[in-house]
Amino acid sequence: MDKVETGTAHGHEHAHGHAHHEELGFWRKYVFSVDHKVIGIQYAVTGLLFLLFGFCLMMLMRFQLAYPGSPIPLIGGLFGPDKAPGGIMLPEFYNQLGAMHGTIMVFLGVVPLAVGGFGNFVMPLQIGAPDMAFPKLNMMSYWVYFCGGVVMLVSFFLPGGAANSGWTSYPPLSVIATIGQTAWLTGMVFLITSSLLGSVNFIVTIVQLRAKGLSYMRLPFFVWAQFVTSFLLLLAFPPLEAAGVLQLMDRLAGTSFFMPSGLVVSGRPLTVAGGGNPLLWQHLFWFLAHPEVYVLILPAMGIVSEVIANNTRKPLWGYRALVYSIIFLGFMSFIVWAHHMFMTGMGTNISAFFQVTTMIISIPSVVILTALLLSLWGASIRFTTPMLFALAFLPMFGIGGLTGLPLGLAPSDIHLHDTYYVIGHFHYVVAPGTIFALFAGVYYWFPKASGRKMNDTLGKIHFWGSFICINLVFMPMFIQGLGGMNRRMYDGGMQYAHNAGLLKWNVVIGFAAWGLGLFQLPFIVNFFSSIKWGAVVDRNPWEATTLEWSAPSPPGHGNFLTEPVVYRGPYEYSVPGAASDFTPQFEPKGA
Amino acid sequence: MEIPYTVEPRPDSGLANGKLGIWLFLASEVMLFGALFSTYILLRVGAAEWPHGELSIKLGAINTVILICSSVTMVMSWASLKLNNFSKGRLYLLITIVLAAVFLVNKYFEYADHFARGEGPWHNTFLAIYFTLTGLHGLHIIGGIVVMAYLLGPGAGLWKRNPEQYTNRIEYTGLYWHFVDLVWIFLFPVLYLL
Amino acid sequence: MHSDQEAIKKSIRSYMVVGALLLVFTGVTVAANSFHLAVPAAITLALIIASIKGTMVASVFMHLSHEKKWIYGSLLLTAFFFIVLLFLPLLTVAGGIGKPTGAPAAHESGAAH
Repeated sequence: MDKVETGTAHGHEHAHGHAHHEELGFWRKYVFSVDHKVIGIQYAVTGLLFLLFGFCLMMLMRFQLAYPGSPIPLIGGLFGPDKAPGGIMLPEFYNQLGAMHGTIMVFLGVVPLAVGGFGNFVMPLQIGAPDMAFPKLNMMSYWVYFCGGVVMLVSFFLPGGAANSGWTSYPPLSVIATIGQTAWLTGMVFLITSSLLGSVNFIVTIVQLRAKGLSYMRLPFFVWAQFVTSFLLLLAFPPLEAAGVLQLMDRLAGTSFFMPSGLVVSGRPLTVAGGGNPLLWQHLFWFLAHPEVYVLILPAMGIVSEVIANNTRKPLWGYRALVYSIIFLGFMSFIVWAHHMFMTGMGTNISAFFQVTTMIISIPSVVILTALLLSLWGASIRFTTPMLFALAFLPMFGIGGLTGLPLGLAPSDIHLHDTYYVIGHFHYVVAPGTIFALFAGVYYWFPKASGRKMNDTLGKIHFWGSFICINLVFMPMFIQGLGGMNRRMYDGGMQYAHNAGLLKWNVVIGFAAWGLGLFQLPFIVNFFSSIKWGAVVDRNPWEATTLEWSAPSPPGHGNFLTEPVVYRGPYEYSVPGAASDFTPQFEPKGA
Repeated sequence: MEIPYTVEPRPDSGLANGKLGIWLFLASEVMLFGALFSTYILLRVGAAEWPHGELSIKLGAINTVILICSSVTMVMSWASLKLNNFSKGRLYLLITIVLAAVFLVNKYFEYADHFARGEGPWHNTFLAIYFTLTGLHGLHIIGGIVVMAYLLGPGAGLWKRNPEQYTNRIEYTGLYWHFVDLVWIFLFPVLYLL
Repeated sequence: MHSDQEAIKKSIRSYMVVGALLLVFTGVTVAANSFHLAVPAAITLALIIASIKGTMVASVFMHLSHEKKWIYGSLLLTAFFFIVLLFLPLLTVAGGIGKPTGAPAAHESGAAH
């Protein structure tokens, strides 16, 4: 039932206030738009394309690991003699693929999609705002991100190729690396700037532009997730920006921020002043990069919460617990970072401090996961495509989280650090974790953005194929890691005797990875064809309760024609005595 | 379509959007300079000896005085606008820009002096962190000058259309400027004296 | 925000007073430098004076003394993480404050080129 009228973007209808707007030309409407919905779609599509590109980089790596030294089939000749002569991947190229796969997936794919895409599109609608607090700044944030992405992509074509010192760019190696690393640092400065500007926008919007009646404890959990995420981005990114500048200075101005004295490279001492500290980079990097992983997971938890509430037809269990947990989680994320550095020789006291904070931070994660699981109890579950992905998120994030525990304790970390166990751990959280949640979000909000539903059959094929393949990709990595197989070895570490029994898993993982790639095709086809030929829907096809479903699909400029008013909490499903099994936030009382 | 609370404050938060926005931005800047101060601490603690007397305390002190005065003129610009005195507000803004420019000129002399002796940031870690901290600070001064020049020049038309919004913009610029002054208040003793 | 003319005029007086105090404290800072205190004492004194100056700039020029809760809250959070960033890395690297790390850097810096 539409209780709130909303307008479309033709100049005759006016939003409250006296702004009149002429029809904008193509460039101002679709390219350099200041409308949060257009910007959100720009971020989402660009993010998805980067995810695909990062995935392709991984498929190349997995081929090399499954069949080390074999020429890459079909496309091997395209890479040129400095990357893959005769189609056979050089170690230098493998390292580029590794560093850029991580960088692109984290900074160009997941965060822009999760925060820039979903945050921008959905959050203002969910709080009843006409747009973000600073629309022009929003547009600028996207284009700065875009520039950063271009710099990162172009770096592959520089002499020596792209950055090849890991996504972590540890000095001194990164300081003496090829010019691609300079491009990486430059690209990062763009991306960090984009994130910082975006985070200011998000926080101000949520504080200042909530609709009447929308108190903080009536916010959809998705908005809380974006709110905390924005604080993480705001306060954690600047140290990496500083560190990036310092590394650029080490590379370009000959400084020795990270270069220790007495360093000898290829038999020749480096002519630098020395006196620097490589650990300084690690501290500044991980000070961001730990909160960054919470930036990766928090929006996903938000999306999953929305989808679960909607498809269980009951309120989320423990809304307050969820909110306090996510705030506590955000806060703790700033004081655990050195658990990435247990092997750097720190004293036992400070090591104990970081172990303790790391153990503590698992508590709010567990509270959130438990609350979502308990939300399923006694529910009328609708197994829609978004719900399948949201349900799968729960055990997948559970596995990812639990496997993090031995890494967070120094004694076990001694054995597991820098092995495939770590890769298995963090991919479980991000890939069948966050990315599944992002897929859920795409299927869930696609109707709002386009006015059409995605095809359900293709969605289910996408889900089941991905779910099976992705577990086959990452589960064996725990076995490999426990067996001692190191990360970042371009041939899988064949020369080490202890790896002998573990290498065969690379073939399994390889096939699973290419299978995973194949199962993304139904999604890609579905996504683009549904824009044109998907089933047309009205404004609330999922029968949901939050504010975005009161706007038309898609919403017009200004989103809401009359000022939206909120009367109740965000998840009033199956209210006893109500006429239907959902009572939207925006429906007036007694209506 | 108007974004609410662009000029008038929202009742429950008591803030206009820009005021919250600029403070959040400044919070991120605290972390940015914090990382560089952390760098300074780590490098100095790890060094057996740390240079002293490499910098001109006189120039540093003069620059400190200049920046403090520019902070006063900046807040006076805002206060004049609040008292509806546009021409005084502009005058104070202009003086602030001039003082900022003088700061930069002094910095140029300092840098030139070091480079003339072949002592760039590559020379030792002290100079590395000195050039980086003051360089980043200097870039922030330039950024401030750009914004102030805009508000003095092409952006001044807003005073006629919406004096309250224009005054707010001066206030936010002022907050940024005071922060830049604040960073220098710590930079000066840390780099020049200690 | 003062919309009252009298309030602004009073503030102007406080701006001038604070400006003068800041200049005085700058003089004190430079003068204190000539005492040649031991490093820990010198650092403590310098930071105390700088903090006093900074507090004046923040509370008077930046109007922080009568700002709103969201601003205070965000700044408090920032201050906490600022302290963490400044001091925790130190604890992982040095055995104690003031002791060099003992890494090769310790002998080479200053002499190396």
